[in-house]
Order: sequence, then C-alpha cells, then structure tokens
Amino acid sequence: MGLQESLASKKFVVTSEIGPPKGIHIQEMLADADLLRGRVDAINVTDLQSSVMRLGSLAVCHLLQEKGLEPIFQMTCRDRNRLALQADLLSASVLGIKNVLALTGDYASLGDHPQAKPVFDLDSVSLLSVIKTLETGTDMVGNPLSGAPKFFAGAVVNPGGNPVEAQIFKMEKKIKAGASFFQTQAVYDVGAFEKFMKRVAPFRVPVLAGIILLKSAGMARFMNKNVAGVFVPEPLIQKMSKAEDRVKTSIEIAADLIKELKGLCQGVHIMPIGWESKVPAVLEAAKL
Amino acid sequence: MLLSQQKPLEEILRFLDGEKNIFILGCNGCAEASGTGGKPQVLEMKEALEKAGKKVTGFSVVDLLCQKALVQSRFRGKAKEVKAADSILAMTCGVGVQAVAAVSNKVTHPACNTLPLGGMRGEWQGSERCQECGDCVLDLTGGICPLTACSKSLLNGACGGTTKEGKCEVDQEMECGWRLIYERLEKLGQLEKLRQIYEPKDHSKMMPPKGLRLSERWALEQGK
Repeated sequence: MGLQESLASKKFVVTSEIGPPKGIHIQEMLADADLLRGRVDAINVTDLQSSVMRLGSLAVCHLLQEKGLEPIFQMTCRDRNRLALQADLLSASVLGIKNVLALTGDYASLGDHPQAKPVFDLDSVSLLSVIKTLETGTDMVGNPLSGAPKFFAGAVVNPGGNPVEAQIFKMEKKIKAGASFFQTQAVYDVGAFEKFMKRVAPFRVPVLAGIILLKSAGMARFMNKNVAGVFVPEPLIQKMSKAEDRVKTSIEIAADLIKELKGLCQGVHIMPIGWESKVPAVLEAAKL
Repeated sequence: MLLSQQKPLEEILRFLDGEKNIFILGCNGCAEASGTGGKPQVLEMKEALEKAGKKVTGFSVVDLLCQKALVQSRFRGKAKEVKAADSILAMTCGVGVQAVAAVSNKVTHPACNTLPLGGMRGEWQGSERCQECGDCVLDLTGGICPLTACSKSLLNGACGGTTKEGKCEVDQEMECGWRLIYERLEKLGQLEKLRQIYEPKDHSKMMPPKGLRLSERWALEQGK
C-alpha cells in the first residue's frame, strides 16, 4: 500500500526517514532503510539536510523504490531554481517516485558550504503550486508537457512556531496550493500539540507528528536553545539525565509520546538522526 | 550611496606584484563617505606603497570616480604622472573602478570591496529596505518588505525558523521579518492578507526598465 492509500485508509500511519551519506558508500544507509521494511508506511529521504552537501535525495529515493520501499522525496528550494525543480519533479515521475515533500529548506549559511549562493527562487508554497500545475500537463508558465506526471504532495508545519497563528495561516496556504499531508517539527509537549491540532482540525488534512529520539539531556537542552519551535519539557530532560541506560530511556520516551499522540493526529514521523537502528524498538514499545 | 571597505594591504600589494610605478585615484563621493577613498586614505596609501618599495607617480582625488567624464578630464591634467605609471590603484567602489578602467588604457586595480546594499537605501539608514524588484508587494505585507526583511526573501510567510525570541535562525541579531509582518498586519486588522498566495517573483523585472534602456544616456553609454 502506498502512502496515499495508507493515509486514506485512516489507519495510524508511521513514516521515518534516512539521510543520504556524504559520499558514495551507501551500504549502511540501505541497511538502515531495510530495518524499516514492513515497519513503516513510507521513508523520507532528506535533501541535503542541514544544508550539508551530500548524496542527493532523488537517487536515493530511486534506490529505495527499486528495493520495494516507499520513498518520500524531500525537495527544498535552497539549491535549485524553478527550472531545476520542475526538471527534478519530472525525473522523479519517470522513476516512479510519487510522494514529494515540499520544503523551503534551511539557509545555506547554516551548512558546510556557507559560501554558497542560496537560491530560494520558489518557496514551499509556490513549489506545491508548481507540482499541481505539472499534474495538469503544463509547466509553470503554461507550456504543454508531453505527458502529465502524478504526485502525492505533502508539506511541513512547525506547531511550535512563533507566532503559531502565522504558521497556521501558512499551513492553510499550503493546503490550498496542494499539500495533502503534513509532517511536523519534533513534538515533546503533548499539551501544546493538542491545542495546535484543535486549531487545524477544520482543515481535514492528515498530520503526522514529528518524533526525534532524544539521545541525551544535553541534546534536549541544545534543541531548546537552538532549534526554532522545539520545546522539550524539563521532566523529560530530567528523565534523560538520570537514565542508567540512555538508549532504553530514549526509546521509552519516544514510545510514550507516540501512545499519547495516537488519539490526537493521524500518525507519526520518526526522525532518528543517527539512531535509525532504534526505530523498530520504538515501534514495538509503542505497540505499533 | 555605495558602501566600500578597503581591502587588506597584503591583497593590494599582491595585485601590484611586479609593478613599480603606481598612480593612485581617490574619490570624493561615496568612497570618501565610507572612509575608504578620500584624501586622507589616499595619502595613507601613498605612504604604505612607498614603504613597500613602490614609486607613486602621482595621485588625484576626483569628485566622483564613477563619473567617466570627470575621470577623463582629471587624467588630462595628470597626463604625465598617469603615463609614467605601470598601473592605477582606484580607491573606490566597483562602479568607480570600472569607470576608471574604461577611460584609461592602464591596468586598474581595486583597492576596496563594495559591500552589498541591495539597492539605494534612501535616507532611512540602518538597514536594507528595498531590492528594487520591479514588482512591489508592500501593499500585502503591511509596508514591510519580505524580500529584504526575510533572510530567504520568502513571499508566502515565515519558514519554521523563527526563534522563541522572534529572531531569524539564520542571523539571531535579525528580527524575523515575517513575524514583523504578521504583527503589523494584526495591528492593522489585515491578517486576511496572509491568505493570498504570491506567485513566484518575475526576476526579469529586476532588469533596468526598458524606458531607461532606450534613454539617451543609455544610447550614449552604448556608443550609439
């Protein structure tokens, strides 16, 4: 079952992600992807995550597709102008890749090539519009295409955005522009997320809550300080700092979060950030 | 106003490697205001070059080095000194360097870097506020330009990178432009404007307008 069908079936959907390596040794990444086989409904492939130059998302999506896994092609507007974005969408289509996650992308100066010229010719909203336009059989300026591609487009939202109302306005725009599902920034504060979900419930679009595995109390504090829209409540930080077995506690925290989120949204998106091998244990502990 | 900053002396000396005789040009326009090409800086440069073993054949501070006619007339009065020089060091912005290079037959070295301003700042100093995009969107954004106020020049609202303090995660000294726009629209009772989807920018509008390209000045410039 593809992602679109899984979401349509109203079941609790789980997605996770893999990050392409910096280089061409892909065995480890493919092994990580294999661990997710049968456990998740789709796997995001990040697009030069954190603005760090590495193996591209499109090629890796193709590899996953060939192995019978369901990829979600993450596409940012940071590195490609409108010609290249449209061309890569057509490329994805001929490779049989259907799911696209449209993102604006981190700024270039935050990565390992701060000297790079950031593009941002389109933004996440206009990229979604372009996807929709290509599906009608023309490019974004109206020239006919030989054959119309078909995609299942999604987008992201930050429930901890400041102000969150502005994020909600943008989410609404993304839906209007063609987003059929959302994955969120990491959620740790279930109460705040519940309020957010109440606000966006009228949109009737599936939301998959973001789960980032906490590796340590230090990581939690770092995110609280540096990652926009992420808030790890103090009791969770304490739990991590007192943990005898950090991996075990981390899995417990993630599984508890998933159980709590289950009644609030249509699924979760697990971002393991290096702890890919722990994802099956998290799902088991969450009884998924 | 074009803001310039003097290059490190080592870099300038690298440019002058193998050349002995140098003519220095300063500019009484923006470079003087930037403190990079006025008379005091030209004299300092003269001393520095002499200390480095160069011979300064002469110098001149022109009112506006970006004004080619002015440069040309000044060259006439300094013909001997310019002729004796292997190259010219122009202490001015990139436009001035190009003007000097265009009217002289000498190698012209830039002594300054021109800093990005992204268009004329007008008299409201302190921040870049207009990119001269040729398609003003200020009506929909409460009079705050998303092209200059947002690091990514986003047109459809904030990315997820607004910090708790309301700053931009790209540069935490900078306010999140889209937060400012949100707050302004809220104050104006115009939050509805956030629902409009902006089409991607037509970058061809950032070219000089056709009217200017067809003007007499443009034609003269092209030698028509």
